[in-house]
Amino acid sequence: MDAEEMAIEVGANQDAVILEMRGISKHFPGVQALANVDFQVRAGEIHALVGENGAGKSTLMKILSGAIQGDVGEILIDDQSVSIHSPQDARSLGIGIVYQEFSLVPALTVGENISLGWFPHRAGFVDRGATEREARARLEELGVEIDTSARASTLSVAQQQLVEIAKVLAMRPRLLVLDEPSAVLGGTDLERLFAVLTRLRDRGISIIYISHRLDEVFRLADRVTVMRDGKVVDTLPVSQLDHAGLVRRMVGRDLEGALVDHHGEPGEDLLQIDHVCRDGVLEPVTLRVRRGEIVGLAGLRGAGRTELARCIFGADPRSGGTVTVGGRVVPPGSPGEAIRSGIGFVTEDRKTEGLILNLSVRENVTLAGLRQLARFSFIQRRAEHRRVRALADQLQVRAASPSVAAGTLSGGNQQKVVLAKWLHTDAQVLILDEPTRGIDVGAKREIYRLMREIADRGAAVLMISSELPEVIGVCDRILVMHEGSMVGELPVGATEEQIMTLATGGAL
Amino acid sequence: MNAPRLGIASSVDTPRVGGIRGVLGGTGGALQKAGIGLALIVLILLASVMSPYFLQAGNLLNVARQVSIIGIVAVGMTFVILTGGIDLSVGSILGLVAVVAAQQLQNGVGALLVVAIALLLGTALGLANGLGITIGGIPPFIMTLGMLVMARGAALTYAEGQPVSLGDAKERFSWLGRGDIAGIPVPVFIFAIVAVVGIVVLRFTTFGRYIYAIGSNREAARLAGVKVRAYTAFVYVISGFLAGLTALIWISRLTVGEPTAGTGIELDAIAVVVIGGTSLFGGEGGIGGTVIGAMIVGVLANVLNLLGVSPFTQQIVTGALIVLAVLLGRIRR
Repeated sequence: MDAEEMAIEVGANQDAVILEMRGISKHFPGVQALANVDFQVRAGEIHALVGENGAGKSTLMKILSGAIQGDVGEILIDDQSVSIHSPQDARSLGIGIVYQEFSLVPALTVGENISLGWFPHRAGFVDRGATEREARARLEELGVEIDTSARASTLSVAQQQLVEIAKVLAMRPRLLVLDEPSAVLGGTDLERLFAVLTRLRDRGISIIYISHRLDEVFRLADRVTVMRDGKVVDTLPVSQLDHAGLVRRMVGRDLEGALVDHHGEPGEDLLQIDHVCRDGVLEPVTLRVRRGEIVGLAGLRGAGRTELARCIFGADPRSGGTVTVGGRVVPPGSPGEAIRSGIGFVTEDRKTEGLILNLSVRENVTLAGLRQLARFSFIQRRAEHRRVRALADQLQVRAASPSVAAGTLSGGNQQKVVLAKWLHTDAQVLILDEPTRGIDVGAKREIYRLMREIADRGAAVLMISSELPEVIGVCDRILVMHEGSMVGELPVGATEEQIMTLATGGAL
Repeated sequence: MNAPRLGIASSVDTPRVGGIRGVLGGTGGALQKAGIGLALIVLILLASVMSPYFLQAGNLLNVARQVSIIGIVAVGMTFVILTGGIDLSVGSILGLVAVVAAQQLQNGVGALLVVAIALLLGTALGLANGLGITIGGIPPFIMTLGMLVMARGAALTYAEGQPVSLGDAKERFSWLGRGDIAGIPVPVFIFAIVAVVGIVVLRFTTFGRYIYAIGSNREAARLAGVKVRAYTAFVYVISGFLAGLTALIWISRLTVGEPTAGTGIELDAIAVVVIGGTSLFGGEGGIGGTVIGAMIVGVLANVLNLLGVSPFTQQIVTGALIVLAVLLGRIRR
């Protein structure tokens, strides 16, 4: 069926539901990712799907795309029950998915990428002319001009995004799913994407648009479905909502109250960040963290929090600004210098950056401060064993022995090993990036308690977290970032609504 | 997003399972080492049964001498492979150092000075590899492949394609390759010293710990403040230095520096390291395994020789051994 024909058909029944997902549940060990989710998409609408990290949006879309299967529930297309067991099934049902991670082959041309998998061919040879004609037609549909003979590797990110969409459109989908397409786009590119999406909708294609940027939802979408904790909270027309109303639906859960005591008066400024920036990802940021203080750094994914932390620690180079610890300047671009200056960094990804999984717990704990335990480069074994045992006791690391590989520990205990590493270097400034991600509730409490202990001993703690109850419950002060800039500061007692409003680009 | 939730799912607190796996994980390396040690013992037993000559002192010393040349190179290779790298240039560095040292000896330069020149030249070429890889960002395979071709070309150019005789120095430079200490060949002593120093460095020093950290997870090591580039470069320096040392033994033994000396020794060394249980991906293994690996290869070649198996067939056996060693290592894991 070609696009025009489809448009006419759609025009005939404007509110026809083309996709219905009914009673979908999905359980992962330890987590109910989706609980009895109902979700409908009408023909020719842009339907925004929003929710906090972990709300279940991506799981739902993975089920729709056939990447995973739901435990229970039914999917109907045009009121017909269908089974989707693989991405091929989804494709043949007219569902096209544009993933967050691009799947273009860098060495192939735009044309070849668009027709990858079903090259027009003649006598076994790829028909270049036909390939490019086809690709040009798809790109024209999108109203964009990209040289179809250019290699994908030479394209800008925005162009890659558009080619990715063209590639999916070449399969003639009736339903297009975009998972945070705007995460990599800015300004004019975003405008162009919106224009394209609007045009596709007007042609009768339904679009599911997952986004963290609420302003986009209001600009683009016809209806919005809000998910929270694996459930659908609400589906309603965007016109019946305002920013605050949407935020309330996204976060509206009971506050858990303070997770640790906020006690003690913080001391003097210890960590001073002045105008630290990194071209393209981080606007100049200035902040202070005092001794004895836990400061939260809230914001959406991609707001620049991790980038800021990595610049402070020297994991990434910075384009400007200064970092000082207790008045001493920390040279940029070298984790070694940062560590010597008393900074410790608990990375977001424990398994690939925080720990060396096949090395022992002992070797991981002492790695960053091995010199303190060495005489003439020889590691003093007995001193090392003593030190590690003391730290493991203090943090109550549950491991068969300090000699077991760090990778054999549970998430919570792995994180304690990371903390032990920075206790060993006697870090005065501790930066933690999503320190409780992937950790069960009990271990989370322990991590919070340890953070407070470390702060009480006079350290300055800066915690990045996307879990708002955690930020509110643990931190003495909350900084909020949005699109690479620091946009606000909130005191103890801030609400989730206040944080989300700032984090989504709103004003208090 | 839900990906992190999958993370939760896979890391739910299960200390007991962790404990069991921990025990297995902790002894996996030891098991592997015990495995190849056992293989060596079985091989020696078989050899002594199959050939009456095998256990004769003269033959054993011969095996040891042959093993030591490849073994010294393989110790350097172990350092490199533990970081996740590879050094294809050791054979060519050996060849270049061999002709340069032989020419200097022929010119009448003092033996000690020649030793210094040779070691310095090997070290410098290793440093060039290391800097190309760390500062230049060239993959180790490519950088050392380039060096392999360049150094061999340099050796052939320098020697004009001809073997370089040691001339009158033949006798005064015989100790390294042909001498003995209390009946044990000097090359065997040198190999033993190199291996012991290597084992001590890897097991007991900060540098050794950093090597394993870098080979296991470069990024995590960097974020723990380890000077990844400096240490990575340094393993190639070690490898180059040991290739230079081997070149001296080589010319002393053969009394001539051939520009083709050491051709293909890099592959033998890699084979020995792999048979010894060191992972080509880095971070796992050690020099103890490499020493055993060198002995396995040496003993095998020797017994096949004694049994009159043709050198061509021997290659088939050695090749199969490499594949088998890695296969067994995988199965055990």
